[in-house]
Amino acid sequence: MDGKEWVGSMTDFLLELRSEEIPARMQVKAKEDLARLFNDALTKAGLSAASVEVFATPRRLALIATGLPLATEAVSEETKGPKVGAPPQAMEGFLRKSGLSQDQLVERDGVYYAVVEKAGRQTADVLAEAIPAIIRAFPWPKSQRWGAASVSTESLRWVRPLQGIVALLGDAVVHCDIDGIVSGAETMGHRFHHSGAITVGNAGDYIEKLRAAYVLVHFSERCRIIRDGAKAAAQAAGLTLVEDEGLVIENAGLTEWPVPMLGRFDAAFLDVPQEVIQLTARVNQKYFVCHDSTGKLANAFVCTANIDAHDGGAAIVAGNEKVLAARLSDAKFFWEQDLKVALDSQAQKLAQITFHEKLGSVADKVERVAKLSRWLVEEGIVKGATADAAERAARLCKADLVTGMVGEFPELQGIMGGYYARAQGESDAVADAIRDHYKPVGQGDDVPTAPVTVAVSLADKLDSIAQFFAMGQAPTGSKDPFALRRSAFGVLALLQTNNVRFDIAAILAGLINFIGPEESVMDITKRRFWSQSWNQIQIGYAWDKPHNAYPEPLESTPKIIGELQKFFADRLKVQQREAGVRHDLIDAVFSLGGEDDLVRLLARVKALQAYITTAEGANLLAAYKRAANILKQADGAEKTSVAPAQAGAHDVSQSKTTDEIGSSLRWSDADLGGDESALRTALDAAEPKAAAALSVEDFEGAMAALATLRAPIDAFFEGVMVNDPDPAKRAFRLGLLARFRDAVSRVADFSKIEG
Amino acid sequence: MSDVAPLSFQDLILTLHAYWGKQGCAILQPYDMEMGAGTFHTATTLRALGPDPWNAAFVQPSRRPTDGRYGENPNRLGAYYQYQVILKPSPPNLQELYLGSLKAIGIDPLLHDIRFVEDDWESPTLGAWGLGWEIWCDGMEVTQFTYFQQMGGFDCKPVSGELTYGLERLAMYIQNKDSIFDLVYNNATADRPAVTYGDIFRENERQMSTYHFEVADTDMLFDAFKKATAECESCLQHALPIPAYEQAIKASHIFNILQARGVISVQERASYMGRVRDLAKGSCQAWMEKNGWAV
Repeated sequence: MDGKEWVGSMTDFLLELRSEEIPARMQVKAKEDLARLFNDALTKAGLSAASVEVFATPRRLALIATGLPLATEAVSEETKGPKVGAPPQAMEGFLRKSGLSQDQLVERDGVYYAVVEKAGRQTADVLAEAIPAIIRAFPWPKSQRWGAASVSTESLRWVRPLQGIVALLGDAVVHCDIDGIVSGAETMGHRFHHSGAITVGNAGDYIEKLRAAYVLVHFSERCRIIRDGAKAAAQAAGLTLVEDEGLVIENAGLTEWPVPMLGRFDAAFLDVPQEVIQLTARVNQKYFVCHDSTGKLANAFVCTANIDAHDGGAAIVAGNEKVLAARLSDAKFFWEQDLKVALDSQAQKLAQITFHEKLGSVADKVERVAKLSRWLVEEGIVKGATADAAERAARLCKADLVTGMVGEFPELQGIMGGYYARAQGESDAVADAIRDHYKPVGQGDDVPTAPVTVAVSLADKLDSIAQFFAMGQAPTGSKDPFALRRSAFGVLALLQTNNVRFDIAAILAGLINFIGPEESVMDITKRRFWSQSWNQIQIGYAWDKPHNAYPEPLESTPKIIGELQKFFADRLKVQQREAGVRHDLIDAVFSLGGEDDLVRLLARVKALQAYITTAEGANLLAAYKRAANILKQADGAEKTSVAPAQAGAHDVSQSKTTDEIGSSLRWSDADLGGDESALRTALDAAEPKAAAALSVEDFEGAMAALATLRAPIDAFFEGVMVNDPDPAKRAFRLGLLARFRDAVSRVADFSKIEG
Repeated sequence: MSDVAPLSFQDLILTLHAYWGKQGCAILQPYDMEMGAGTFHTATTLRALGPDPWNAAFVQPSRRPTDGRYGENPNRLGAYYQYQVILKPSPPNLQELYLGSLKAIGIDPLLHDIRFVEDDWESPTLGAWGLGWEIWCDGMEVTQFTYFQQMGGFDCKPVSGELTYGLERLAMYIQNKDSIFDLVYNNATADRPAVTYGDIFRENERQMSTYHFEVADTDMLFDAFKKATAECESCLQHALPIPAYEQAIKASHIFNILQARGVISVQERASYMGRVRDLAKGSCQAWMEKNGWAV
């Protein structure tokens, strides 16, 4: 076979799945899915392509694979059979399974083998099978049936009706038929710019033939045209485009021939908060907005048409301007109406809005959040705010929910409240807190740092989490209808960013007992409501009741608090994992237990990570594991045979180890070897140092104290045989190891650390 | 838009009738009951069920009491007109047929930007859903395009294609008007000026808004809701799906007025909607059984 023929035996493959308009938001993932399913099918058949490229437009998903062999290689499959001289039943069974006769078997080293030569398959045949399989297995987020075939619910499903399949291997059609849709070489161009079918020759001319028919199949090319064209359109008007990659992608998913164009709106609409204009333009109309030379929102937008209109786009721009004007005049109406109503009176209407059927109204929630916000400031947990400002902001923070604007644009909750509050004379701290108290919304969102905002944001999130847990609505698996995980992330981010310290369990306990009919008669601002621990919380709500008649906390409180602590711990683990912290280190610190202060917990994890990744830390970990192993073996085998304590100068038990082995041993210095003595001395010094460091939350210091044990423990393992025949010696040495293990364990549970 | 004078509101309807009539649709009259959307017409709801082919087009007056604005808002009405087309099974060229109808009413797709933007449809009161798009013309939504997947909780076998044109919006677009009330309903003649939409309906909007928001007797309506519910159930017991369904529509409209009167709380809202859904689903089920399609 000469070189030319060899080249000729490779070819390219084109697949186009043409349908009615695919939702823009699904196209990027669909490309990835198509590439994956196709590559899987190739791999399964023993094929591979030199390259696979995928394309998506509103009306087609396509794929070009280059360098595909025309056929798969022949393979010889060998199956081991019975031994020579095996019982005849075994031979019969094997022959039946392999479909061969005995004389076709191959004998080697006293064993029969069935050898089946599998001929190579034509790639076209492989693809003809793969295409329907890919189509049927395609993981669209939502799919539908259509047309006459849909008289059966088993009919083909696709994201929208599938209209045609182009499948060309080289220049030849790969034949397949899926529910009456037969593959071919014909496709369609742009819906309005090109009429009639286009016959594609092969993968090589697909892209250019479609371009000639006003279809840009490269998603990235359409994105580039929109990105650059929108910028240029703004620039030509002396403006700066507010860049928005999400809009670029969305518009690329809505067009096969994108044409960005600038339109204008009446400058009088600029009185409306810019977030409103931006949201209307972006979400409802998929327009970009622009800034003027001073950086302010300009009365202009950029829309992306899907045609090169024969009037240059004048009618399209005029039409879009009209639609936006109608939307903005609605918005302006709401803005002006809302400004006329004081937020205080809006807040009163929250009593009519259900927060959750079992949790009362939004007004009830606001009451809780206001009290918690105030308390967080009064207790000095959130510093730098005044209690009055925190409570005021909390009392107004949900008032915008009943405004016309938020009714129309729910996404603007908080933002509108901030505007209305400022316009009605609230302080900046209060207005900012109202605006930002929903933050952070998810990872990557800004985390508030303004003290009043921090107080309200924390109170709001903690309240939601506690209330839903208390009524048994904790998130499970993929179900988190009240977005409590996101709230928990928000709480964690607020605590970490602002270094806020409190006993989270106590606060949650207070919150979950803050529900019930007594709410309406509470006047707990007169006294401290939040207590230090759950069993002390029967503090005076229902202040009008006689003394000692306060309602008992929910019986299930400890159980719920346990669940909540676990929930926060899990969220913290997830958050830290995503931030790149090793999960085993997180576990090592978490499994110490008894730590409600998340800030402290994280400091510990950080110190541990810093230390354990040094060579010294790694050695200490190895030593710990060795010690723990020896102790475990000793514990299992001979715990009861440990010698009783002998008279001596040293009381090993002062190490406070709880381990039985070392607890009451006495030993005299004279009997100690040098390495044992050195380790004991090191432990005597390190233990109090580590304890002292821990007590002042100096975790680096605690690690440093442990680090001093590294050389002595290495020397101990080097020079001392722990399993001495003398049971007393053995017990003493085990005792030393137990001290070492326990000293390390007080800083972190090293048994959880990998490596 | 072409050089000829734009279509009046009534010519818009007549043009669509002629177009869809030519495509084999039965041109029906509106259902003679108050309803919120053309989808409630039995020609859509009930006919979307079962295997029989069905092609129909009609105008359906649609009442949305809560959207009433006393005739003051140029873009909102408490009663308006939808143009409905239902084609079962959905033909393979449904999109082309639809675009043909736009051309017929004077929208040139090389002058105006026509787009199919994802919009999945769901009617909780009918137990129905489908996939499709809202059709944009230069950024304005002018039509809802849906492939029904379920109706009354039953799988559509086969699937129907449903087109719902917002006639006022489309007319505002074609006539280039900023207010619904300025729409030309009927073109001027030599001896008579044009009749506007406002001439005909503005007073209705004023009075009906006052009635729905301020006057409607809520005790009477709560009672009527109960009676419609009971009547629906009685019809279902007698295996009469069409009268049962009419009572479901009636209950639905009464519920809409009660909503406009602001006497239904958020919690109650879900339960009222659930009751209407049960009635509608029960009617669909009875319709399936009556025709021998129910599984």
